Amino acid sequence: MSTLEIKDLHVSVATEDGDKEILKGVTLTIKDGETHAIMGPNGSGKSTLAYSIAGHPKYTVTSGTVKLDGEDVLEMSVDERARAGLFLAMQYPVEVPGVSVSNFLRTAKTAIDGEAPKLRHWVKDVNSTLERLDLDASFGTRSVNEGFSGGEKKRHEIAQLELLNPKVAVLDETDSGLDIDALKIVSEGVNRFAENKDKGVLLITHYTRILRYIKPDFVHVFVAGKVAESGGAELAEALEANGYEKYLTAAV
Amino acid sequence: MEKVASHLHPEGSYDVSAHSAPTGREEIWRFTPLKRLRGLAADATFAPSATATTWNAPDGVRVENVTGDEAKGLRGISGLVPNTLFGARVLAEVSDTLLVDVPAETELDAPVVIDLDGKDAGVVEAAHVALRFGAHSRATVVLNHTGSATMAQVVEVKVGDGAQVSVVSLQDWADDTAHLTHHQAVVGRDASYKHVAISFGGDVVRMDCNVTYDGPGGEVELLGLYFADEGQHIEHRLFADHNAPRTKSHVTYKGALQGKGAHTVWVGNVLIRKVAEGIETYEENRNLVLTDGCTADSVPNLEIETGEIEGAGHASTVGRFDDEQLFYLRSRGIAEDEAHRLVVHGFFNDLIRKINVPELEEKLLATVEGELAKNVLKDAQ
Repeated sequence: MSTLEIKDLHVSVATEDGDKEILKGVTLTIKDGETHAIMGPNGSGKSTLAYSIAGHPKYTVTSGTVKLDGEDVLEMSVDERARAGLFLAMQYPVEVPGVSVSNFLRTAKTAIDGEAPKLRHWVKDVNSTLERLDLDASFGTRSVNEGFSGGEKKRHEIAQLELLNPKVAVLDETDSGLDIDALKIVSEGVNRFAENKDKGVLLITHYTRILRYIKPDFVHVFVAGKVAESGGAELAEALEANGYEKYLTAAV
Repeated sequence: MEKVASHLHPEGSYDVSAHSAPTGREEIWRFTPLKRLRGLAADATFAPSATATTWNAPDGVRVENVTGDEAKGLRGISGLVPNTLFGARVLAEVSDTLLVDVPAETELDAPVVIDLDGKDAGVVEAAHVALRFGAHSRATVVLNHTGSATMAQVVEVKVGDGAQVSVVSLQDWADDTAHLTHHQAVVGRDASYKHVAISFGGDVVRMDCNVTYDGPGGEVELLGLYFADEGQHIEHRLFADHNAPRTKSHVTYKGALQGKGAHTVWVGNVLIRKVAEGIETYEENRNLVLTDGCTADSVPNLEIETGEIEGAGHASTVGRFDDEQLFYLRSRGIAEDEAHRLVVHGFFNDLIRKINVPELEEKLLATVEGELAKNVLKDAQ
């Protein structure tokens, strides 16, 4: 089972002019086997939602709840959330100089599983995962995200998704900055993950392009810090045709 | 060589009486806690050494404690003209010299390891070390300082034409040590010289590491790794004097600080003289502040007298753990202390790899781990 339940979530960030509320009551439930797409214009708070779920210290939850299989996520530290089964694929993955990808992956896997992976299987898993994402075998010796191209960063995020195998994956603008080939490779990785039993996906995106490769069960239009409309895949098509104009006008 | 009017160049002299004891107001002494040096920089009497010196050397190299005229003849082989009282005193008052002599064209298949194990910090002592590398030789020398000592030291290095040389100086002293040391090297035509300073232990460690060139084409890499704990003062001053054309200097020093009163100083001086056309220099100092109450001073100085160069630059940073790095690692399930450990190891890893002395690599990684256990990982124990 894996259900991520977000209820009436309000989130603020500290700014020079005092606290500013970004999320204004988000309610969303992602169940087993479901892929939800959150679509919205820039500045609507999509990324804030992603980072708040992951527990980034910059964001303060002022009210509301986030529960994973009934457990209170907001009570957990950042690493506890990951160990509980949440994963955030970031839009801007961070460089960690001097820490090799293979060391990083092994350390993360050990932390998530509570024990070191069996070496023989692990090396095989890592190599095949990297290969499927069209990442060279020498990738493991490079420092995490250092000197990676935009596409390599995103493919590395998806490699982590597949290897760490969480319950619910939040993908924050994973499609941004990818050419069409990389977009396909990344989408296939997400689909492989989603096809596993009991997995949920929350796909955050500005554009409909990635939805040609990842089929959402639900689409939510996100405007001014909350869900303005929810529907099926057809809602994405309407957005493709008409843009966010009508929601933006309504929000003013 | 023309004179350069610059604070980088106090006039040197072999004459002890030409120097006076520093007051702490001088530019080159302003960071150093002179009181804790127990008179090393001033006029403390140098007693017979209480440091046990032993070595392990492969065939083909002569390592010996030499005296008399031979020792005298080794003073100044690096071109050193002392610009400090202690430098002049060491050359004038210390009668013997620890000599490592690598003949021309000799290629050593293992490093020369010299262990200097201090037995008594109550004894103020001084030492002169000469490392002579003949033309086209290839060698690595490790000076491994441990134990308790109060030591003034001059290390002179002569790198012959075309030689490829590494000198590693490890300051792994006990907590009560005061170590004031000056490493001076002259690098021959088309030679390459790598100098590595690794400072972990001691109450006060101050090292001046200077390099000049004896002909064009010399390449110098100055690497440093330091870790200052509570109350420790660790100071590294570097000077690459580009006095010949088409020479290179590349400086990378990285340090971490933890605990109240931990103080590190890095001063990187580079001078590009008029004659030094086509040179290339880059210096970099990075400091990772792990706890409150530490001070890291980082001062790059670049003086350029000719614009006809390939490149010159520097970078200097003092910072804490990067919150975004920690968030990234923790968002993958890695607990906070483990994330700290990864970041610090990562910070030093590139540098440790560059040292390229396999015998040392494991020891250094273990030392970093040991340092981390004192503070960053203390809560996890």
